[in-house]
Amino acid sequence: MNDFVGTGTLVRLALRRDRILIPIWILVFVITAAGSAKASIDLYSDQNALVEAARTSNASPALVSLYGRIFDESSLGAVSLFKLTAFGALLVGLLGGMLVVRHTRSEEESGRLELLSAGVLGRYAALASALIVSGATVIVLGLLTALSLVGSGLDTKGSLAFGLMWAAAGLAFAGVAAVTSQVSESARAANGLTAIVLGVAYVLRAIGDSSADGSTQWVSWLSPIGWAQQVRPYAGERWAVLLLPLAFLALLITAATALIRRRDLGAGLVRPRPGPPRAAKSLRSPLALAWRLHRGSLYAWGFAFLLLGLLVGNIASNVDGFVTSDSAKEMVQKLGGVEGITDAFLATEMGMVGLLASAFGIQAALRLRSEETALRAEPLLATGVTRAQWLASHVLMALLGTGVLILVAGLGSGISSGASLGNLGRQVPRMIGAAAVQLPAIWLVTALVVVLFGLAPKLVTGGWVLYGVFLLIGQFGEIFNLPQWMINLSPYDHTPRLPGGDFSVAPVLWLTAIAAALTIAGFTTFRRRDIG
Amino acid sequence: MTSAIVVSGLHKSYGSTHALDGLDLEVATGEVHGFLGPNGAGKSTTIRVLLGLLRGDAGDVSLLGGDPWHDAAKLHRRLAYVPGDVNLWPNLTGGEVIDLLGRLRGGVDEKKRDELLRRFDLDPTKKGRTYSKGNRQKVALVAALASDVELLILDEPTSGLDPLMEEVFRQCIEEERQRDRTVLLSSHILSEVEALCDRVSIIRRGQVVETGTLADLRHLTRTSIQAELAGSPNGLAQLPGIHDLDVEGNRVRCEVDTAQLDAVMRQLSASGIKSLVAQPPTLEELFLRHYEDDVPAQDSTEPEAAVR
Repeated sequence: MNDFVGTGTLVRLALRRDRILIPIWILVFVITAAGSAKASIDLYSDQNALVEAARTSNASPALVSLYGRIFDESSLGAVSLFKLTAFGALLVGLLGGMLVVRHTRSEEESGRLELLSAGVLGRYAALASALIVSGATVIVLGLLTALSLVGSGLDTKGSLAFGLMWAAAGLAFAGVAAVTSQVSESARAANGLTAIVLGVAYVLRAIGDSSADGSTQWVSWLSPIGWAQQVRPYAGERWAVLLLPLAFLALLITAATALIRRRDLGAGLVRPRPGPPRAAKSLRSPLALAWRLHRGSLYAWGFAFLLLGLLVGNIASNVDGFVTSDSAKEMVQKLGGVEGITDAFLATEMGMVGLLASAFGIQAALRLRSEETALRAEPLLATGVTRAQWLASHVLMALLGTGVLILVAGLGSGISSGASLGNLGRQVPRMIGAAAVQLPAIWLVTALVVVLFGLAPKLVTGGWVLYGVFLLIGQFGEIFNLPQWMINLSPYDHTPRLPGGDFSVAPVLWLTAIAAALTIAGFTTFRRRDIG
Repeated sequence: MTSAIVVSGLHKSYGSTHALDGLDLEVATGEVHGFLGPNGAGKSTTIRVLLGLLRGDAGDVSLLGGDPWHDAAKLHRRLAYVPGDVNLWPNLTGGEVIDLLGRLRGGVDEKKRDELLRRFDLDPTKKGRTYSKGNRQKVALVAALASDVELLILDEPTSGLDPLMEEVFRQCIEEERQRDRTVLLSSHILSEVEALCDRVSIIRRGQVVETGTLADLRHLTRTSIQAELAGSPNGLAQLPGIHDLDVEGNRVRCEVDTAQLDAVMRQLSASGIKSLVAQPPTLEELFLRHYEDDVPAQDSTEPEAAVR
């Protein structure tokens, strides 16, 4: 047991550090779930309306690939919470994973763990304590969510299954993060790897769920998020499925401990290799340095976006397979035939792509602040580099980087949907256009980070908060019956729905103009403030 | 004599803490100027204002004849800066960082770069995240010393270096002095400043309390004397400028104000000197004299803390 000495101390330390963060996260999830349930219960007072809504949703490839199927079309709970089942599991997974990285690799990278390891600390203590903190967080989150759902008026059994399903997803990705924290040398890379696994898991379940003839449904079972859905809360709960994520967690913990035995403190699995003794001729400007710092992450995101685009386009080409019942066919006619429903699907997915690309923009812009607080901006600004040049170098990476991602996703979806529909020449430019209209909103959100960085650098992570608010408004604004002016606050709400929808130039210009104004404000305020 | 740096009446506060409280500092062109003070006295804040990274609340600052806040980038091409805390980009090698910083300053002296790498025994192929604190410091030092600039601003540059490397650093600064470059060297290590600097400014709680050549400053302090006399000493206690007198038979220990040294020596030799050790004042003593009133102040806060 010597390997675990000090685990308790580390758990207390972690809880002390996160005493505000963790309760806030738990609260956000609990409130979102309960609020969503309450709003839907009020909305579907009539059983027929409920079934109708569920059928429409299950007939829509866009909704099914995004959120999953509703397993029981007459169950109030299943319909109320279908948007939070897979998507919620994804977010809880993200929380579970981030908490583990935060208390293992981040600590190790900063050298704080070394300080503690010099005291009495077993070699598994850090990992064990991080898993305990993360596991306890998602379990408490799950149980409180279940309680709040019962409180909103849903049945007890289903609510418990829903809460446990969320917790299980959190545990599965806590396990994933336990491994990625051992493999990579930086917390950034560990978080990135975890996010990639999350993304793959989500896409796998999307493939399985949107399989029209059921032939690829098994793909869902490869994904921890798929497992979470298959617990089927409020739709004939399958408790045994909860064992899958637990077994997965046990397997990953075994792997992580094996990795710990094999490596030194501070090191990753891959030994650092020596690099060039001289800088390349091109490394002679702030922009060149910014490219060097962002390129790795841009390559990875770009690859993911290409795959995402190809996948979305591919699903789009067989959406008509969804249309089996007569009532659904009628609905499709109303929506403008098969092309109309394919376009509607693509437009929804492009909106999602826009949301995802914004995360890259925010993260790239936040690099400004991390460079500043890590005291890496200071030596640069003490050379001939002006503040505006330095700021511009990272802002350009954020703005152009999102542009590249969008282009790649548009191209991918255009190629794969065009190829299978047999109209490549038309579909590729259409999809690139549909992707490109997402950019103004993405830039606006990125520009919010830039202006915060200039004006109130300590609040710069508020960029994520604003992003989260816009996301919630977009996803749940209508369910919550928010007033229109609040829904209008989200820049994504003003993006034209393409392909297929009406394109009006005014909102695009407005969004771009606001993004430009915010960016300029960021530059002027940054020029006037203290560094550090 | 022109001045590379002139600061007068500089104030800077963060919220309620007054980091700089009317600081005056003058560094002449071509001199190595020591900027001495304990942690938290305001050394780094002053340097950041000099670099235009922070904006002073009040007071005038002139750096190489320009305004560091408005002409920051232009002036920075003529100076090199080594921060107290050096952080490198985790995935860039030390060599890449040296070249990058040098180029952004307007050019690297290739020959000097290679020579400095050899003298500091620094491996330029290692990635930033794998360097120790001392090696990160060396990267910043090589980058600064290999640049052809008029002014070097060094903020506690030896804090992570081992004694061998400190010696290399001293030689390098000596060479810079011979090339008539101006150096502002902040430090809390007295022996370093004593060995390297032409003039010294001592900073305390955001103000420069003493400035001058080491000779000037020694004038303000005491020489310590130990003597063994032929007979018992007389009349020493009545002399002005004598302190901490300790007489044991024929042995005498005392501290003498340097200005009164002559009178004391006469008195001692009147009794016949058998052996004599006279130690010139060290910067250490000078320093302690300025800070000794801080120590009781600290003590008095402790009981309060205990009660709380």
